[in-house]
Amino acid sequence: MGSLFRSEEMALCQLFLQSEAAYACVSELGELGLVQFRDLNPDVNAFQRKFVNEVRRCDEMERKLRYLEKEIKKDGIPMLDTGESPEAPQPREMIDLEATFEKLENELREVNQNAEALKRNFLELTELKHILRKTQVFFDESVPTVYKSSGTHSSNKYRRYLQMADNQNEDEQAQLLGEEAVRASQPGQNLKLGFVAGVILRERLPAFERMLWRACRGNVFLRQAMIETPLEDPTNGDQVHKSVFIIFFQGDQLKTRVKKICEGFRATLYPCPEAPADRREMAMGVMTRIEDLNTVLGQTQDHRHRVLVAAAKNLKNWFVKVRKIKAIYHTLNLFNLDVTQKCLIAECWVPLLDIETIQLALRRGTERSGSSVPPILNRMQTFENPPTYNRTNKFTKAFQALIDAYGVASYREMNPAPYTIITFPFLFAVMFGDLGHGAIMALFGLWMIRKEKGLAAQKTDNEIWNIFFGGRYIIFLMGAFSMYTGLIYNDIFSKSLNIFGSHWHMSYNKSTVADNKYLQLNPNGDYEGAPYPFGMDPIWQVAGANKIIFHNAYKMKISIIFGVIHMIFGVVMSWHNHTYFRNRISMLYEFIPQLIFLLLLFFYMVLLMFIKWIKFAATNAKPYSEACAPSILITFIDMVLFNTPKEPVKDCQTYMFFGQHFIQVLFVLVAVGCIPVMLLAKPLLIMQARKQANIQPIAGATSDAETGAITNGGVGGGQHEEEEELSEIFIHQSIHTIEYVLGSVSHTASYLRLWALSLAHAQLAEVLWTMVLSIGLKQEGWFGGIILTCVFAFWAILTVGILVLMEGLSAFLHTLRLHWVEFQSKFYKGQGYAFQPFSFDAIIENGAAAAEAE
Amino acid sequence: MEVFLTIFFFTALWAGVARFGPILMSKAPQQDLVRCCFLLAAVCCWLFWLCCYLAQLNPLIGPKLNQNTVKIIAEAWDNPIKAG
Repeated sequence: MGSLFRSEEMALCQLFLQSEAAYACVSELGELGLVQFRDLNPDVNAFQRKFVNEVRRCDEMERKLRYLEKEIKKDGIPMLDTGESPEAPQPREMIDLEATFEKLENELREVNQNAEALKRNFLELTELKHILRKTQVFFDESVPTVYKSSGTHSSNKYRRYLQMADNQNEDEQAQLLGEEAVRASQPGQNLKLGFVAGVILRERLPAFERMLWRACRGNVFLRQAMIETPLEDPTNGDQVHKSVFIIFFQGDQLKTRVKKICEGFRATLYPCPEAPADRREMAMGVMTRIEDLNTVLGQTQDHRHRVLVAAAKNLKNWFVKVRKIKAIYHTLNLFNLDVTQKCLIAECWVPLLDIETIQLALRRGTERSGSSVPPILNRMQTFENPPTYNRTNKFTKAFQALIDAYGVASYREMNPAPYTIITFPFLFAVMFGDLGHGAIMALFGLWMIRKEKGLAAQKTDNEIWNIFFGGRYIIFLMGAFSMYTGLIYNDIFSKSLNIFGSHWHMSYNKSTVADNKYLQLNPNGDYEGAPYPFGMDPIWQVAGANKIIFHNAYKMKISIIFGVIHMIFGVVMSWHNHTYFRNRISMLYEFIPQLIFLLLLFFYMVLLMFIKWIKFAATNAKPYSEACAPSILITFIDMVLFNTPKEPVKDCQTYMFFGQHFIQVLFVLVAVGCIPVMLLAKPLLIMQARKQANIQPIAGATSDAETGAITNGGVGGGQHEEEEELSEIFIHQSIHTIEYVLGSVSHTASYLRLWALSLAHAQLAEVLWTMVLSIGLKQEGWFGGIILTCVFAFWAILTVGILVLMEGLSAFLHTLRLHWVEFQSKFYKGQGYAFQPFSFDAIIENGAAAAEAE
Repeated sequence: MEVFLTIFFFTALWAGVARFGPILMSKAPQQDLVRCCFLLAAVCCWLFWLCCYLAQLNPLIGPKLNQNTVKIIAEAWDNPIKAG
């Protein structure tokens, strides 16, 4: 089994498949997911490829399936998802599938069309029903006023309104036109008032009225009434509000005008009989027809529902099958057809360790297709840059993704991912260190891990949840390490645990305590002599006044210690790379000066820190008492700048140990001397080697190794004949050197963010305690209990929201930066490209995700 | 003496974790990765503990307590204030 420490060895292979067996073999390889095919027809148009018809048919099938899916979702029918992946069907089964989908689609379309027509009919009948009902009101209103006669009302308009009543109203004997009107009108003129009744959208009514008034110069009369219940629009199923209207007019000209305006405003007109008896008859007819229509509509919907339910059972299965078929034909399009037209040739990258598995899969495919000729897998020699393949499992996948997000590793260079598994959560924990918050994080991660299978099966497209779930192992480890660093920092929700008893003891008497607001313990006496065995002494947490001073000194030092060690680790990784790629020049003239530079300057500073911790104590006599402890930063700066240090206080010494000055000067000189070596040695040697190669073109063996050394080690796709220009090499090397030298200073300082974030986290937790929770805890009585409950809820929300989520995200980001920049810049080239095997699982997941996004 | 014993104890503890921890996961397929992880974790944790221990070994300043805290410590941590 390949290890995660380097990417896998890959081989470029040629695959010869018989045309009959090709489909089955590709199907087997897709299930396996270990082969990356190359496109052998890059300049062929997508429409000119061999299997474009099959792909088109698959697209059609997918379209039909998507239509079915949409209809099923519209009805809210649940789709069965067993989660298992059916095998890709044989080519001959494709025709069956196509026929099934065609039938289903046609049936569904027909049902939908029928339903729409029925609904339209239903709408018309409903509107007609409303019209009949409402116009009844209009006509009814004319009845009593006729008996009241013209004496009481004088307005012309009102009289005209009376006249507009039904002409032949035999029952009520209403006279449409009064006697006077008949006499007053010109003989021969048609006095009959016409009317149109219809239905219009309520929103359009005011504009409609205005238009009517203007166009007909006020000679028409509109009466309208709202329909209370909203009606369903057949095309899109929206509920719309409509109103019934009836327009009275005189003459044909007005009639045409009114009809045109109604058309313009898309009001539907209905024939409304004038006689009330007719209207009642019509109303009853309409009611019966509506009943019938409802029954038919119900049956149509039932039928549709049945069809969809039957389809829903297999829909996911079909989707998977169609996607697999399409994927296979896409892949077959990448192949080359050989001269005899009998076999397909493919070129693919395969991991060396998996060649056996692939051979087995090919054999299985050949057997399934019933072909007699076995497929041939030939390994080819190539100078091309293979893809980078890191075999990961569910645990290591997330860490590898973190590394790949910055840049995929070059082929066969050292992979930082296995170390990241531990260093990433650890550096996060240094910044996050709180037992309580770490516990919350660890429990969350643990819950996600325990419920892995169930949670993974519920495929949601909630991005944020998917990110959290994908990083569940990272979150768990971050939480676990944070609990450890929380124990060491002795910080649980900004309080300390006193497990072993503090190693600081007070020795005050009552008057001292009464007289002084602040009392500082003396390390020479109040301190036991041995430190608290595990972590920070709990007395520091309650020493509110100078806790931060002590913590700062401690945390800054550990930040630099861990930072320098992390960077040395990075440089050592580059040694592994140089050894593997047999890059002797780089090893001698890059790695060794780099390491010496880092060790002599920055690791020396780390050693100084340890020396100061051990040598200087308050219990010591001068010059090793606490009064004489030198600042390490000042010492370091003086060392590098060759300054003479300031005069120390009386009885103290400038230096910590004997010979320090001499050692420091020596170290700085050697370190500075490494810089020109880093800058010039490698390019000069290459220059010399090339001169030799030119003089002795035959003896290429040794010089090739040197010149070849330039182009390998991660520069993608280079052929060995092509050499970098010498000036390029010098420039590259100088950039590299400057980056390293300046970087070593800036990166060392950059690690101080470990201190900064840890301080911020501790202070935030303390603020939450002081300003929120302690106020709640100080309340008394039963009412205080209620207040405490509310305050606790508030505190808990802030703790999770600010301290765990926000600070967690922040520390995560900073740790990521530390890994990507400070650690990886020491050795990582990251110029490879990822191995993307032809795998059904990946395609189906992507297909499902793309479909959800639509 | 106490100092040496404590340092020896924790060094031995984390060395034990690094040496015998992978046995817990002897059924995992990638044994080299498991060993690497345990070693790294043990080294990191041990170093972190050591730094904290050494930083407190010879403190150069003492904690500054306010009056109230002194009284609470006297009661809670059994460190009574002397009379007078």
